Amino acid sequence: MSAGPTPIDDLLRGSIDHCVKCTICETQCPVSSVTPLFPGPKYAGPQAERYRVADEPSVEWSVDYCSGCGICSQSCPQGVKIAEVNAQARNKLKRQKGIPLRDRIITRPTWLGRAGGGPMAPLANLTIDFKPFRIIGEKLLGVHRDAAAPEFARQRFSRWFKQHPSPPTGKKIVYFHNCGTEYYEPWEGQKVVAILEHNGFEVVVPKQDCCGLPLQSSGLFDDARKVVLRLARALVPYVRDDPDTLIVGNATSCTLMLKREAREILSLEDDPDLKLVSERTYDICELLLEMHDRGELKTDFQPVNEHIFYHAPCQQQGHWIGKPALELFALIPGLEVTEGNARCCGIAGTYGLKVEKYDIAQAVGADLFGQIRGSGAGEVACDSETCRWQITHATGHRSVHPIDYLHRAYGL
Amino acid sequence: MRGELHYDVVVIGAGTAGLVAGARLAEGGARVCVVAKGVGSTHLAPGTIDVLGYAPDRVVSPSGAMEEFVVRHPDHPYARLGVDAVAEAVRWFEARVEAGPVPGYRYLGDLDRNYLLPTALGALRPSAVIPETMTAGDSVVMDRVCVVGTRTLRDFHAALCATNLNRVGIPARSVEADIEVDRADQNSLGLARRFDDPSWRAAFAGRLALKLQADERVGLPAVLGIRDPHSAWSDLEHRLGRSVFEIPTLPPSVPGMRLYEILRSALRAAGGRLVLGGEVVSADREGSRVTAVSTHAAGHNSRWAAEWFVLAAGGFNSGAIELDSHWATQDRVLGLPLRGLPAPGEPRFVGDYLAEQPMSRVGVAVDAELRAEGADNVLVAGAALPGAVPWREGSGEGIALASGSRAAQLVLARSGAPAGAAA
Repeated sequence: MSAGPTPIDDLLRGSIDHCVKCTICETQCPVSSVTPLFPGPKYAGPQAERYRVADEPSVEWSVDYCSGCGICSQSCPQGVKIAEVNAQARNKLKRQKGIPLRDRIITRPTWLGRAGGGPMAPLANLTIDFKPFRIIGEKLLGVHRDAAAPEFARQRFSRWFKQHPSPPTGKKIVYFHNCGTEYYEPWEGQKVVAILEHNGFEVVVPKQDCCGLPLQSSGLFDDARKVVLRLARALVPYVRDDPDTLIVGNATSCTLMLKREAREILSLEDDPDLKLVSERTYDICELLLEMHDRGELKTDFQPVNEHIFYHAPCQQQGHWIGKPALELFALIPGLEVTEGNARCCGIAGTYGLKVEKYDIAQAVGADLFGQIRGSGAGEVACDSETCRWQITHATGHRSVHPIDYLHRAYGL
Repeated sequence: MRGELHYDVVVIGAGTAGLVAGARLAEGGARVCVVAKGVGSTHLAPGTIDVLGYAPDRVVSPSGAMEEFVVRHPDHPYARLGVDAVAEAVRWFEARVEAGPVPGYRYLGDLDRNYLLPTALGALRPSAVIPETMTAGDSVVMDRVCVVGTRTLRDFHAALCATNLNRVGIPARSVEADIEVDRADQNSLGLARRFDDPSWRAAFAGRLALKLQADERVGLPAVLGIRDPHSAWSDLEHRLGRSVFEIPTLPPSVPGMRLYEILRSALRAAGGRLVLGGEVVSADREGSRVTAVSTHAAGHNSRWAAEWFVLAAGGFNSGAIELDSHWATQDRVLGLPLRGLPAPGEPRFVGDYLAEQPMSRVGVAVDAELRAEGADNVLVAGAALPGAVPWREGSGEGIALASGSRAAQLVLARSGAPAGAAA
């Protein structure tokens, strides 16, 4: 990987010249509103960036407390790439300070999943629930003892799919199941497959690994590049020769990594495989809404007489496509939806697991948790698995992916 | 087509004009999507509804001054909208405030008389319709003013404000409030979150009460709560036993953020969609119609096809209209023709910075119905309109409310929706 600046780096860094110091990002930042440890996106980003010189030590350390949620970039009326600049500054800081062992472990969902999933799941889950073990984990590694931890599934998604191959229809779609679906929530993947097959798709599941987002958000850029490019190479043969084939995923943060974050933050704009994968990747709700718009989505929905709460996670909002899940919900008879307007649940992938950030993450999420408790809704729909785990951990409300309701309404 | 969604109307811009147009279209039964590059000017403006403050002398009654004003400025948006449209839009807005997500919060005033309110610098600024939390700042109130500042809120200097109020004939003095801090500085929103907390507020009022004199009204920076400002304001009035009023701050503007949340909620409650982060990067046309706009999104751009488009992306300030380094001026959003440009060879700027600049009335050229020239299905609203200098006239929100409403009504009337559905 070349260390020199690429055009995308110039683009990101150049965007800070458009900052007019209007402070709109400061009003949106969920982290700086609850802790003085992070002074806010404008201070850590466009302002501090002017003092970061390529080969000189970082002058400003608070950027480590940025959770990388990306709301600042989304709300900026001048198009400043605040979150992306801050992610790169975090990487520089990590290179300078060194990377804790913890960050090398928790950013590798594939290692964790292979170690704890499948036949090992019952034993691994015991240790996750076993307080003394968690206390040791906190002392040794710095993973907070109370942080939400999902349970490993006994059967990985990809093993299930091998036994349930999609019937050939000639209308292929590539399913990018993320690590959360593979090791922890294979039933979410099974529902995605059922909905796609119901709508005439032949689902293809290539052998695949992590997208590298946890590594990227913890500032381990070199490792993240290797991981995301390996994934892009695994996916690209399925779309390269067929302009009609798309890649669809249900983990909104991982699809965003493929679509945009790896290209921008990891300076991989020029990789042709990643670029093609990026252009063809769809979030599942985005895909289904477009299909509905074209009249291609089956609408044989049975009523789902429930009142649910919907939280659009930060990373879903980072797709810059609004909230397609809300329009899909509107197609389901009987489904009553309360739309939350809290900014963030706090977890931000692995941020809220870290012992020094756990309390901040819980404080960030307090607004959302209060809205959920006060809504009178039963379940919470949310497009990101780590956010769902955080929400259920904090509120006790069951939390599922939005497609769960489509799956129920189809009666699949 | 892949990457495409269809709506009845796509509104470009999420400032006051865009959100008003979007909400009223959705209320009238249209399928509407508001796309915007980012949050609009609401978070920067004081949160008051300025209709007509200077023409060019200070205006006492916007409705009274309007007739002569539009005669002198026949290309002004108000000449096309009329004062009744402003009044109707203000009534709609007030109803949305009262039905909105901020309990008890309301706007007071009408077009017959401007309030005269202190700014953070202690100047007096006319505005027609204002949050109730600001009304006791009106210059017709006779009580002396005590301006309360705090060192933690930079750019709000109570002593400066009070000194200047004295100069314009309002007896005033200043005090510093003690606020315990956990950081070097705190912006207005950070303070507003604290004022939402009743116990914090009670302690603040207890300490402040000791510093006040009899017969003083209290002017505080506009930070009295973001979630529940009505409770914060009325609680302080009760605890201090006197009138309390908010003085708009430098950005971020807490009253402006309340206004944004009220309008955003009105849009969402009516079923309208909102997409932030999506800058318009191209437009498709068929003859004199725009058929779709594409917005920047992750991975692949999004394409929004619609029957109608409302252009409410702002003017020079938002970057929607641009003067480039080759001296070319353009509408960066849809590339539509502009009006109000100085003739070739004429100066574009004059030396006195605060004088009216020759470029300041530039906007997207429209006909009498606010329809863009050369694009039959594009209506223009807000600061994108030509002919106005809102910051000098004190007219920005009046234009935004009335033109956003007018755009919605025109679309609904043309598309066969029930008459008066937007009212």
